Amino acid sequence: MTTWAGFGPVLRVLRMALAHPVRLTVAVTATVAAAVFQLLLPQYVGDVVDTVNVILSEAADPSAAKRQLLQLAALILGASVVRGLMMMVHTQQAEIVGQSVGYRLRMDYYDKVQRLSYGFHDRVHTGELITRGMLDVESVATSFNRGMIKAVWLLVLLGWGTWLLLSTDPLLTLAAMSFAPVVAWRATVARMRLRVAWLRLQQCLARLTKVMEENLGGIRVVRAFAAREHEMGKFDTVTEQAKRYTDRTINIRVRDVSLMTLAYYSAMALMLWVGGTRVLAGHLTVGDVTEFLVFMLILQMPIRQLGMVVSALSRASTSGGRLFEILDLDPDIRDRPDAYDLEIREGVLRFESVSFSYGGDGDTVLDGISFEVGPGRTLGIVGPPGSGKSTIALLTARYYDVDAGRITIDGQDIRSVTLQSLRSAVGVIQQDNFLFTASVESNVAYADPWAQREQITHASSSAQLHDWVLGLPEEYRTLVGERGVSLSGGQRQRLSIARSIMVRPAVIAFDDSTAAIDAGTERRIRTALRKLTERTATIIVSHRLSSLMHADEILFVDAGSIVERGTHAELMELGGRYRALYQLQANPSESLDRIADSIAGGAARAGEVARGR
Amino acid sequence: MAVNEARAEKRPRLASVGAQSNREEVMFGATFDGKVVRRLLAFVVPYRRRLLFGLAAVLVFTATQLAIPLIVSNTFDYVAGAGDAALTLLRATVAVFVGIILVNFIANVLQEGVVARAGERVLFDLRRAMYRHLQRVSLSFMDRTETGRLMSRLQGDVYALQEFLESSVFAVGDMVLLVGIMTVLVAMDWMLGLLALAVVPTLIIVRMVWLPHARRTFLRAREASSIANGAMAEAINGVRTVQEAGREPVNLDLYHDKAHENLVAQSRAVMIAQMIIPIVDTLTGMATGIVVVVGGSMVLDRSLDLGVLIAFLIYIQRFFQPIRSVTMQLSIMQRAMAAGQRIFEVMDVPVEIKDRPGAIDLDDCDGSVEFRGVTFGYVPDHPVLRDISFSARPGETVALVGPTGSGKTSITALAHRFYEVWDGKVLVGGHDVRDVSQDSLGRHIGMVLQEPFLFSGTIEENIRYHKPHVTLDAVEQAARTVGAHGFIMRLPDGYQTEIEQRGGNLSLGQRQLISFARAVVADTKVLVLDEATANIDSYTEMLIQKALTRLLEGRTGLVIAHRLATIRGADRILVLQEGRIVERGTHAELMALNGLYARLYSMNYSSFDDIPDELIEAAIRATT
Repeated sequence: MTTWAGFGPVLRVLRMALAHPVRLTVAVTATVAAAVFQLLLPQYVGDVVDTVNVILSEAADPSAAKRQLLQLAALILGASVVRGLMMMVHTQQAEIVGQSVGYRLRMDYYDKVQRLSYGFHDRVHTGELITRGMLDVESVATSFNRGMIKAVWLLVLLGWGTWLLLSTDPLLTLAAMSFAPVVAWRATVARMRLRVAWLRLQQCLARLTKVMEENLGGIRVVRAFAAREHEMGKFDTVTEQAKRYTDRTINIRVRDVSLMTLAYYSAMALMLWVGGTRVLAGHLTVGDVTEFLVFMLILQMPIRQLGMVVSALSRASTSGGRLFEILDLDPDIRDRPDAYDLEIREGVLRFESVSFSYGGDGDTVLDGISFEVGPGRTLGIVGPPGSGKSTIALLTARYYDVDAGRITIDGQDIRSVTLQSLRSAVGVIQQDNFLFTASVESNVAYADPWAQREQITHASSSAQLHDWVLGLPEEYRTLVGERGVSLSGGQRQRLSIARSIMVRPAVIAFDDSTAAIDAGTERRIRTALRKLTERTATIIVSHRLSSLMHADEILFVDAGSIVERGTHAELMELGGRYRALYQLQANPSESLDRIADSIAGGAARAGEVARGR
Repeated sequence: MAVNEARAEKRPRLASVGAQSNREEVMFGATFDGKVVRRLLAFVVPYRRRLLFGLAAVLVFTATQLAIPLIVSNTFDYVAGAGDAALTLLRATVAVFVGIILVNFIANVLQEGVVARAGERVLFDLRRAMYRHLQRVSLSFMDRTETGRLMSRLQGDVYALQEFLESSVFAVGDMVLLVGIMTVLVAMDWMLGLLALAVVPTLIIVRMVWLPHARRTFLRAREASSIANGAMAEAINGVRTVQEAGREPVNLDLYHDKAHENLVAQSRAVMIAQMIIPIVDTLTGMATGIVVVVGGSMVLDRSLDLGVLIAFLIYIQRFFQPIRSVTMQLSIMQRAMAAGQRIFEVMDVPVEIKDRPGAIDLDDCDGSVEFRGVTFGYVPDHPVLRDISFSARPGETVALVGPTGSGKTSITALAHRFYEVWDGKVLVGGHDVRDVSQDSLGRHIGMVLQEPFLFSGTIEENIRYHKPHVTLDAVEQAARTVGAHGFIMRLPDGYQTEIEQRGGNLSLGQRQLISFARAVVADTKVLVLDEATANIDSYTEMLIQKALTRLLEGRTGLVIAHRLATIRGADRILVLQEGRIVERGTHAELMALNGLYARLYSMNYSSFDDIPDELIEAAIRATT
């Protein structure tokens, strides 16, 4: 458990806080003032007792004493008011500085995560990134006050208070403060242990969540197999574990809290004993002892907060560390310093002996791929799962950089142009596209939010989406996505096609983006697109041959290399793997085994992990 | 502001990030709901001894808290008196003090431990009861309700109650302490006591004014932060699409608004929250001042002991802490009542499908399935199946064919008794499904869903699923049967490979094969199978077709068929349309009949799902 990842992140958070010098100064000043004024109270109360007591024993003038009491009461009220105000200002300003730091971190994080490349997002789990963006930002924001500024407050309160008491009576101070080490120890060390136990409990509860979520999500499977008891058993096993962890955290907490209280009261008993004998011996006044007592009353809460301060600091350190880790990354795909805007003259896409591996780890995904697609031409790519065909589509918009060779558009290497200009010129429609919680029109116009309604309806009609939209309760303004109307796989794919053709890209790549659309609808989409893509270079990646058999050139890709290429007629003539695949799809009535045997090589690969990444 | 407005104008009309608002479910409500409390009590009853014991500990603890200042003040009296016996008296009081501390310590350990543990137990029980109930409610309820909403009840609402249960026992302690302090103050000196307490009504009024404001700003702050976080999550989930559309600069600009709104809302909340501090401090100062002036004068006039004055000063310092937590308790209660209502709402969903009293266990089942004049629907007056009769002899494969919404899925669900028929009866192994126990029925009917569902855990565990005694050998054998063994062995950890969330590390075809293997392990006489419609690549598809044949060998199959190969291989084909069987027979018979089936088949699509809707409609029109 490295709860202390070091002070580096804490210092960096402090440096960020320096961007708010006025608030920061006010916060720290108010903090010190609050502690100082709070420490006036024990003295005043002690003075009250002394005033009363001295006059009682010496039978002096009570009216002068009453005037003095009035004065002391006014001082007490004054100190309380000022302390309260200072406390308020200190917390307000410190929290606002913390929130401002959080705001800065949030913006930087958002900006960075948006720009980090596909390679990064392939590697890092989405949930992990979201947790950092939500919880870690918030925990840095809140721990600035609760960790850093509160530490100042505690130091002043304890240091200055002890100093004041020491000047009255060192021995009594020792007695009164004897609880501090115990409390400090329990509140820090034990709190760390509590945190560890608590983290375990959280993990256990997360497991419980997963069990319940899966059960509810797969309720049909559970019912179908009559596995109710089995599922209850899973639930109970995790619950029992959770109960044990819960008990453990409760035990730690109870032990700590009660031990701290015991230490505190024991110190009070010691203080009373020592103080009492010293008063009797004439070394101290009753007022002095009262001062110590009130001091102890005041310190009870803050000392307990020591643990909170320590854990807030350690949270700031770990959370800050996790955030800075991301913020310090450089997107590996970014504009070169001398990048220029891509200029589309004709719209010719060329792959020149492109080789590629994910993460550049040498596990070759593409090996020496070359082809050219001109404006108005269509290239079809087909191949078994994992052959690298999807990767070709992703490379065209530079979601990854090639290892060797180059990709050009009208002779311009895509690595030398700006990403913004490249991606508005190249549309890649992926199989699974994200739907934003927004209206249908906002989703269609995602790449061009300035678009007019006509453009949107036109694109939607071409993608065979328009009629469906008209059937929605609020037509184009209907909310879709997580909180809105949910779409079927085919509707989603149609929407993402509409989204991509909105911007009229010069190069468009369909990455298996019609898999969930029925063949008839797909045909209608293709017909509609033909008009729109007269000047567009089109790449169609698909395993459904009917989608790409009319392409001007078809590549059969396997294991990252082009094994067959030509037009549909040429490939059929060739009598190779393309032809075998065609026969399998066109004549499902033929014996499966016979076809399987004729697809040499391909079938053996059939079971391998289908996903490209 | 002006700058912001100018920027807003440049902003594209159709762009936004994240959801615009996501106010949580009912936040305000009654602070006390008798019905909820009564039902909650039913869950507390098993722990009543412990809780009563805990409550007793709380009372003892509070009493010692109350006693401590009194003893302290006594000490001062003796010391100030400075008589001959002073030292002895001092010794005695300190001894009593130590005794009280020990009692305090023990009571403290007991109260915290017992109460917290009992509270946790109640909640675990409550969650279990709710979860168990969800295992029994009808599937139509589960279909209607999103998993996320149920989860928020199983978790969020249960935690809200936990907070309530734990804090309410301590609230009792706080209340007792408050009343105790007031009583002691008035008892020690009623006039000084009442004077000192004179500030309390002011505090209560101030808090009453402040609380609604504070709560509103807190709510706003929470909402703003959840909106900002939601937009952040969306950006991360949709990052590929964002980059594809080149929306990064626009989105950053839009996100700035949400982040800034959040900053403002958080700052406002902290401003309001802290305003109460100087007020409480001022009132404490005033109460202390009153005690100093009035009490001090009384001591000087010898109408009050010095020790009492000191006790007053200590009690006043103490007094304002419980007041703070008691008002806090109110909003916790409010939240708990709303949470309780939602929890019991779920527990009140009726269980529609229950074992009849005297239901028999279906022990030996020959595997026959028969529908006799079955009529059924989900919504009253809208039957989706009308007068369906057919029978599948043991070992036969019956293919259900028909357009979307024709009732195929309903037939398979009824064989499983997921729903009750309106009319007619469903027989499995010759018994009406309503006469046999659900668990025994489940032992004879297996099911493979269209969308394969995998649980987290290893592949082995997924194939074995609910049969813990099945050996790894048998699991492997099942995988071999459906042709999944090959790809499983090629995975990094073979059968021990952990399934990622919902099988994310496997292709759809692979997940399908694993769910086939699961059905082989379950080894039921009857198998209900919904063939996948998703377009799987041709290679995997071939494997699946083969596996399907193996899977159905020796079992009665009820197959919602999409692929022609599957349909043709069936012993009998039922063609459904609008809830009725319009054609039935073998492939050859139906082709000879030259009806709807023959028309659709001759369109030469590899799957009926590939046929465009209008062609299907045309075929239906041509047939009727």
